[in-house]
Amino acid sequence: MSAIDLVLDPLFRLPLITGLAIALVLPLIGALLLLRDEWLAALGLAHLATASALLGLAFGLPAVLGAPLGALAGGAFKSVAGARGNLAYGFMILFGWSALFLIAANTSLGATLGHALVDGQLYFAGALELIAALALAGLAGAALPRLMPRLLRARFFPHDERANRLPAHRWHLSFDLLTALAMAIGTATVGLMGAFALVLVPAWIAFRIAPGWTWTLVICALTGVGGFLLAYLAALALDQPFGPVLVAVLIALAAAVETGRGLIGRTRLKRPPQVR
Amino acid sequence: MSAALLRVEDVVAGYGRPVVGPVSLDIAPGEVVGLWGANGCGKSTLLNAIAERADLLAGRILRRPGLVIAYQEQTPVRLPSMPVTGRELLRFAGASMQDMPAAIHAVSGRRIDRLSGGQYQLLCVWAAIAGRADLILLDEPTNNLDPEREALLLEMLDPSRLTRRDASSAQTVSDRGVLLVSHERRFLEDACSRVVAIA
Repeated sequence: MSAIDLVLDPLFRLPLITGLAIALVLPLIGALLLLRDEWLAALGLAHLATASALLGLAFGLPAVLGAPLGALAGGAFKSVAGARGNLAYGFMILFGWSALFLIAANTSLGATLGHALVDGQLYFAGALELIAALALAGLAGAALPRLMPRLLRARFFPHDERANRLPAHRWHLSFDLLTALAMAIGTATVGLMGAFALVLVPAWIAFRIAPGWTWTLVICALTGVGGFLLAYLAALALDQPFGPVLVAVLIALAAAVETGRGLIGRTRLKRPPQVR
Repeated sequence: MSAALLRVEDVVAGYGRPVVGPVSLDIAPGEVVGLWGANGCGKSTLLNAIAERADLLAGRILRRPGLVIAYQEQTPVRLPSMPVTGRELLRFAGASMQDMPAAIHAVSGRRIDRLSGGQYQLLCVWAAIAGRADLILLDEPTNNLDPEREALLLEMLDPSRLTRRDASSAQTVSDRGVLLVSHERRFLEDACSRVVAIA
């Protein structure tokens, strides 16, 4: 059976659609996180999501329902406590990692399931994961157009909110909770590092080459979805775990873009000045 | 507080301890008021107190009800990577591109992280002037500007730019004001309708 046949197999349709929704939403959130210099928070939230997913599994709760509990708690804490900066996110990662492996070691699930969450278990995505991913896409589609102008304005004109006594905590908290939910559902499907890579790498590529914000969002979406499809096919064809393949594909895309930029830059430098 | 946009009454402001004051001043619609003083005398602290970024230790600051403030700090936010064009920045700031000076218009399609310090400074000042704000606070807006761009800034601060078209008629009304901080006395005298010295 070829990889294309596998993709078209009804058994793999649910994971494919679930993953596509995740691969569309996470890079858009990543663009905002990168602009807010909060991309490391995504890794912290992903660790918290993994730990709470595992804890939920121990109590018979599906990972896609357990994961948001820890991530949302982390997102709410981050927003309410005003915990920003690499130091706060570093502690979030350490706490999540420690909790993850302590829960894994002290429940009947063991480390195997913990590793499954870290690597991603996309191929086991069922109707529940699909509903969660589509609900996330719908929520992001409704919330981001409203949140984005406010968040960008807050980034570039940070004192206007306070000077005008605006209820800024509303949109900052909304974005933190949306990010937490997206990381939780992403982690429960494409894995911890897969979700983090979808947040970081497409946004990084877009920030390098996009001529403006609209194009940043377009490039994020295309890179996320394109990278996901490539990884999906490659993982099936080569019989490899999906999460690491997704990360490898996204890094390869980033390297290709950077190499292309370098070549273009070198060609421009070498071109002799035109004589008129 | 009659028709003033902002009234500062015997204000002492600082960060835990007093830095500036007591200071009193009014800003009326249509006015460009300059705050002048030596470096470190507390001009920016007074601006920060108006924008609620510094502690108000004594006195009071009265705003016209519903007053919208635009605050442009000394150094505009400059991130290592900003994939946003000048036009997009103006759109996010709710600023109009109508009557925008040609020098800013010419670079408004570029990414803002590819603009020079002076071009970006002027773009940010324009975002404040051409936005919805009733009171525009500008802290040392001549930073990064060469003499040519300083002249452009003077043109941008012309009181005619502070007018707005009345919704009910075709007439324009002067209902906005600017409070401008600078250590350059000559620039303030050229740009402002009134200069207040801070001791």
